[in-house]
Amino acid sequence: MRESIIMKIHYGTALAAVALVAVHILMRMSQKFSDSLSYQNVLANYHFLPYALMLEVILVLLSVHGFNGLRVILLELKQGATYEKAINYGSLAAMAVLIAYGSRTILMAGMGTS
Amino acid sequence: MATVTVPEEKKIDESPAAPAEPKPTTITLRISRVNPSENAEAKFEEFKVPVQKWTTVLETILHVKEKLDHSVAVRYSCRQASCGSCGMKINGKPRLACYTKISELESNVVTVEPMNNFQIIRDLAVNFEQLFSTHKKMKPFIINEESEVQPGTKEFIQTPQDLEKFLQFSYCIKCGLCNSACPTMATDKSFVGPQGLAQAYRYTADNRDKGKEDRLKIVDQSHGIWRCHFAGSCSNVCPKGVDPAMAIQLLRGYLLGFRK
Repeated sequence: MRESIIMKIHYGTALAAVALVAVHILMRMSQKFSDSLSYQNVLANYHFLPYALMLEVILVLLSVHGFNGLRVILLELKQGATYEKAINYGSLAAMAVLIAYGSRTILMAGMGTS
Repeated sequence: MATVTVPEEKKIDESPAAPAEPKPTTITLRISRVNPSENAEAKFEEFKVPVQKWTTVLETILHVKEKLDHSVAVRYSCRQASCGSCGMKINGKPRLACYTKISELESNVVTVEPMNNFQIIRDLAVNFEQLFSTHKKMKPFIINEESEVQPGTKEFIQTPQDLEKFLQFSYCIKCGLCNSACPTMATDKSFVGPQGLAQAYRYTADNRDKGKEDRLKIVDQSHGIWRCHFAGSCSNVCPKGVDPAMAIQLLRGYLLGFRK
């Protein structure tokens, strides 16, 4: 993939994440902070489908943005064909694992199996 | 014995009103001495050099070479900030030695070192091979199949506004000071660098040129234009007033679709 396409995704995910995290914080502020972290409230959030979907989207956006950022930092740190290949594929794999694990949490909590 | 009488009007006025030649002051010039072929560590050697208010750093180095130590290695040529040969770190900042006066440094101790981010040949002389090869890769020429002026055709029309888009970037003298100041180049040895990117923009923005796609492909790589952090150090040190940081942002505009 061309670097400009990756960086467009990088900037796009940053902007979208800022917007959605703002919504997420505003929803936390609708009640007392201590209440928002109570067990029942947290479960209720996951059972509310639009909110659970928003959390899933935030997870994807932050994972893509974060791991690409990490990839860029590591590429600047050291150079070499093998190293760069390892960093590119490693970041992609780590991103996929994090998204899978986070999605599993959201799904299980949403379905009430956790 | 014959006597010569000087006519009255030719007598030299010796009144104290005549401006006296300013006495030279002395500064300490610290020169970084290193010879990588001998694996010796860099060390500084100090020399006392007389300077006038117009003396440049290059002149002090040449004074050392002429009178104190012939073995100091330094590259220079034009002595008027046109050839870009005498780039070095002067009191920690990349500058042209021929274009920096001792008086503007406001210090009696002047330290000269080879530029950062370049392989050192010896003392103050660095290897420009990577700079020139990157410059060449950017295709620094007008790409246009119709560039030959045929009988009955005219030169390409270029308005002052068209010229303004790239003019400052064509003042680049390839001295390498921008690359030396770049913090990304310090860690990423494969980074194209501000000099190459500014030249890519210079030709891409030229309305006579048709090689935009070629150049954008070259800079749109993992160690290309996207690795610039916009620190702006490159623009800060350019002796010719070129603003490579701006060129990089404008070039990014083409890649992000803001510019056509």
